[in-house]
Amino acid sequence: MSDAHDGPGGETAGTAVAQLDDHQAQAPAVAVVRADRIENPGFPPERLRVTDLDPKKEKQAERTISLLFFLSIIGSVLAVAAYILFPIEEGDFGTIRINNMLLGVGITLGLLGIGIGAVHWSKALMHGHEEVEERHLTRGSDASRERAVEIFSEANKESGFTRRSLMRNTMIGALIATPIPAIALFRDLAPAEDPVALLKHTMWEAGVRLTRDPSGTPIKASDVTIGSAFHVIPEGLAELESHRLEEKAKAAVLLMRLPVDELNEREDRASWSYDGIVAYSKICTHVGCPVALYEQQTHHLLCPCHQSQFDVANHCEVIFGPAARPLPQLPIAVDDEGYLIAQSDFTEPVGPSFWERAL
Amino acid sequence: MSTTAPQAETSAVAPSRGMRFTGWAANYVDERTSASTAVKALGRKIFPDHWSFMLGEVALYSFIVILLSGTFLTFFFDPSMTEVEYEGSYVPLQGIPMSVAYHSALDISFEIRGGLLMRQVHHWAALLFVASIGLHMLRVFFTGAFRKPREFNWIVGFLLFVMAMALGFTGYSLPDDLLSGNGLRIIDGMIKAVPVAGAWISYLLFGDEFPGTDIIPRLYVLHIMLLPAITIALIGIHMVLLIVNKHTQFAAPGRTNDNVVGSPVLPGFAAKAGGFFFIVFGVIVLIASFFTINPIWNYGPYDPSPVSAGTQPDWYIGFADGALRLIPPHLDWVDPLGYTWPFGVLIPLVGLLVFLAAVALYPFFEAWVTGDKREHHIAERPRNAPVRTAIGAAGVTFYAALWAAASSDLIATHFRLSIEGVIHALQFATVAGPFIAYFITKRVCLALQRKDREIALHGFESGRIVRLPGGEYIEVHEQLDDFERWRLVSFDEYQPIMIRPNAQGRITVAQRARAGLSRWFFEDRIAPVTKGELESQAHH
Repeated sequence: MSDAHDGPGGETAGTAVAQLDDHQAQAPAVAVVRADRIENPGFPPERLRVTDLDPKKEKQAERTISLLFFLSIIGSVLAVAAYILFPIEEGDFGTIRINNMLLGVGITLGLLGIGIGAVHWSKALMHGHEEVEERHLTRGSDASRERAVEIFSEANKESGFTRRSLMRNTMIGALIATPIPAIALFRDLAPAEDPVALLKHTMWEAGVRLTRDPSGTPIKASDVTIGSAFHVIPEGLAELESHRLEEKAKAAVLLMRLPVDELNEREDRASWSYDGIVAYSKICTHVGCPVALYEQQTHHLLCPCHQSQFDVANHCEVIFGPAARPLPQLPIAVDDEGYLIAQSDFTEPVGPSFWERAL
Repeated sequence: MSTTAPQAETSAVAPSRGMRFTGWAANYVDERTSASTAVKALGRKIFPDHWSFMLGEVALYSFIVILLSGTFLTFFFDPSMTEVEYEGSYVPLQGIPMSVAYHSALDISFEIRGGLLMRQVHHWAALLFVASIGLHMLRVFFTGAFRKPREFNWIVGFLLFVMAMALGFTGYSLPDDLLSGNGLRIIDGMIKAVPVAGAWISYLLFGDEFPGTDIIPRLYVLHIMLLPAITIALIGIHMVLLIVNKHTQFAAPGRTNDNVVGSPVLPGFAAKAGGFFFIVFGVIVLIASFFTINPIWNYGPYDPSPVSAGTQPDWYIGFADGALRLIPPHLDWVDPLGYTWPFGVLIPLVGLLVFLAAVALYPFFEAWVTGDKREHHIAERPRNAPVRTAIGAAGVTFYAALWAAASSDLIATHFRLSIEGVIHALQFATVAGPFIAYFITKRVCLALQRKDREIALHGFESGRIVRLPGGEYIEVHEQLDDFERWRLVSFDEYQPIMIRPNAQGRITVAQRARAGLSRWFFEDRIAPVTKGELESQAHH
């Protein structure tokens, strides 16, 4: 590296400090350099290691290091032996643990033997005293800087880069334009539909039965006892051939039954429940985790991801945590056979907020 | 043999007839590569020694371990989201529909000898990688090792930190288990909050509505190709700049801003650093042999409906998750045009970006405030830069409060506190904690500087009590020798910038701001002991 500094400008970093101090009148630099600052006392006397002083210790270190390297070889052999002698037997978890552990211990021994041996060799036996190297200013020498400037101006002259400005500017324009097709190519990362329309609709519609997650069996209103909660998916979701998870990620619902006198319902939503049974989107309005924890005493729903809390008795209003909006309510009713059905889709998009949500 | 062969090869061969194979091979290579030039330049390059310089090495070595174990995993992992029924040996999941990705991750764990070990080596090494980068950054920050000429390398290191988090998150998502799927769902929710294009970005990223069937293969390409390639390139730049700038060293007798004191690459440093690689590797394998990490078989395949309580991301994503938890409710705002601004997500998101930007740009800010254009190669003791150390402590406190918030539910259940109480306490800690930490740290630094000054001037308490003829008891102080004292007195001293009119005779706003900041940095300061003080003290 010293080759870079062999020119006449090869000053040391310290010289620059002195130079800068001369300029202090102009420069706003405010390092204080005191005339009577204590001076560097220079290197302290060298402290020898035991291995430098005692040939016996030196010999001992040599043996220890060789032993470590030897142990490393044994470790590597043991690892291969463990691989062969302790195979995984299907259905037996214990064999996986044994295989993992013995193979790992063998490899560990192989690695640590080399590592500790090499570090010990370096610290105990290799030439012990510190050596000194000079630092130079990081900047190139004056000569190489001048030459660099010269090269650029020659190149400029030979190419006419600044003189022929029309050519230069059109080239810059062309360079800016070339990546645009690459950006356009990414449009088909997703199919051509509009995601906003998709986000605003779920599988729920009038007459769709509420069924248990994951079995898909319908739920009778009479099955829903006070205090109980059901994880619900729309009828037909479990049988979907494609987009099952995508639909489930929007349509998952929690069904709960509260004592009617504890349920505070707004007038416009009075018909959305059935005998104290209410259904709410299970997808958190914060960032979309499933709001899976129901506290039946307080009628609170808790999202386990970020601890938003919703009050089921009050239309799932947010009572704590980072969520901004109540969980959307699914209007429900009962069909002729006594099964719970949806009256319609959700009346607002479920899940996290997005730009076009309220449009 | 030395007579007929032409030019170079003869001249190199001629002097010694009993030429050994190594000599021949070295010559063969050098004549084709000029390798000797590199050996000459780097072979005896000096590297200074301090335990804290090891942190960056740990990061580098754990990355190599990640590359090795990750390559093994790619031979067996299949990143497809096609749905299959589980037919492997793990009974509880048999017959359950799942993605091929999850299936193959289970197969790596249960069917392949050493597969579980490599998975755990890979995951533990990744955790260690991010942790060691974080500690390495703290070391560089608190010792001022980011100062000129190392500002670029600070930026490169910062980018490596970001890359490490990105690699970690993409890798964490690949097994397509319930936990990582919920992580992706949270990312999806955050992306959707982005004004104007959020829904579209999410749609393009997932290739469909969430979760779609494209995200795992796409993250896989990022995780095993694009991000590692960028990371390797950045590590290359980091190393080249390290060589160009040479390593910093702590102040010690004989060490100056103009020299590097330490052991040469060959043999001492190479043996020690090379050995240390094997130690890091060995320790990671040891941990992976005994401690389970990310037992994906317990979580089950991803399904948008179930989730378990007490879910947590890998530790390095915790601060982002915590930020999401701490924001108060009801912050959606629908503007008059009908567009939704989900500030409950946007504020944490922007806050984290601002925090990261502040970390990246701090060296330039400090350089501007101090106006110091010199090169600095002596690592400062944190106490000797009280305001910087205090700013660092404030940043660490901010990060730690967010990080703790990612475990708010576990803190509440373990210590039997209410979740509301924990959240409110952490909200307070996030906002007020940095200021408190700043104030305390600055005072502690100044006090430590005063103590250093005291010891440099008056020596240290020897523990020897002497009774004077008059009956008075004193404790004898022993003076330091010159070498010990040097560590206490060799630091840079600054004074605040004076406001001066510029060439037009005006005082600009920038000038005023800078003077104000400079006063903030340097108004309270302790000067190092001078020769004069020391001499007059000696005469007492």
